[in-house]
Amino acid sequence: MKVVLRNPRREIEIDGPRAVNQLLDELGLNREAHLVICNGTLVPGDARLGTADVVEVRPVVSGGAA
Amino acid sequence: MRTCRVCRGTAVIDLPRHNASFCAEHLQQLCRRQFAKAIDDFEMLAPGDRVLVAVSGGKDSLAVWDLLIDAGYEADGLYVGLGIGDYSTESGEYVRRFAAERQLVLQTIDLREEYDYDVPTAASVTGRVPCSACGLSKRHLFDRAALEGGYDAVVTGHNLDDEAAVLFGNTLRWDLDYLARQFPVLAARDGFPKKVKPLVRLTERETAAWCLVRGIDYVVEECPIAAGNRHLGYKESLNAVEAQSPGTKATFYLGFLDRIAPLLADRRLDDDVELGACTRCGSPTPNEVCAFCRQLDTVQGHDPVAVDMVLPRRRRR
Repeated sequence: MKVVLRNPRREIEIDGPRAVNQLLDELGLNREAHLVICNGTLVPGDARLGTADVVEVRPVVSGGAA
Repeated sequence: MRTCRVCRGTAVIDLPRHNASFCAEHLQQLCRRQFAKAIDDFEMLAPGDRVLVAVSGGKDSLAVWDLLIDAGYEADGLYVGLGIGDYSTESGEYVRRFAAERQLVLQTIDLREEYDYDVPTAASVTGRVPCSACGLSKRHLFDRAALEGGYDAVVTGHNLDDEAAVLFGNTLRWDLDYLARQFPVLAARDGFPKKVKPLVRLTERETAAWCLVRGIDYVVEECPIAAGNRHLGYKESLNAVEAQSPGTKATFYLGFLDRIAPLLADRRLDDDVELGACTRCGSPTPNEVCAFCRQLDTVQGHDPVAVDMVLPRRRRR
């Protein structure tokens, strides 16, 4: 599957299907700090990602000090 | 696959702190309820209030603007062009598009055009942390625009993660004066407008999800200057705890508001400080000239400094 990462924007290829949370764990990313969008649709942590999917891992942490 | 806790439809998000998953429709319901509860609990706004939203083009400010309109408030936006290179250009485009698509009133102030400086230049010339120069500029301009426009309040998009991170930092330092002031609503006083934070019961993962299911495009890339700052470090630490123990951030911050903030109510910085009017701009200040005008004296008229020159060292290219 094609995985789009942000900050900065880049793409990587990952072999094989897997669950969203498994992908985040493999990438070393905190689930609380990211959303995953599969083929343009927001998906939960147990959703299965297929080999042909385009997946965006979007960080949600932002900001300077309040 | 998980189903929505409310309707058993297909879930789009799991929220461990609620021990539940939600479909797009009921995620919105949850966000609306948390937004309304924050406003009610802290008496932030009254029905029909006319407010000025501080918009940056990021998820939180666009989400709060959307939620305000959705709830029937009269909400105009104010965007301040900070001059942070491509980041500012792009974020301004998101704000203008959001407002135009919804036919909302958007005011804009460009620091370079109207005040002859920008944030990178201010940071470079003053030697201050860029976020400090940025915050000082925005606070002054939002306050002034709200008062001149006769708005009932300034609304900002600070979320639960923002407030928990600030609380974490203040607690690590046992900074009682800052702890006493950390409250999601500040009443109008002495020439300052009322300021409210209706997103304090929503995490930034939830506000980002709100934007996604509502079709709101926002600037995803982070401000290049903010990268690696201490505030983001606090967030990372709190998220590490949250991953192990869901709900910790909400318990930490909302528990503080419920049980500790009342104990600090008498300890408010500046409450006894007499404020006069800035001799330059008329803004309230304990000094003859306000901090914003003093900053102007230092930073106006300098050649623009490239963003790369004020980036954290590891981000420079």
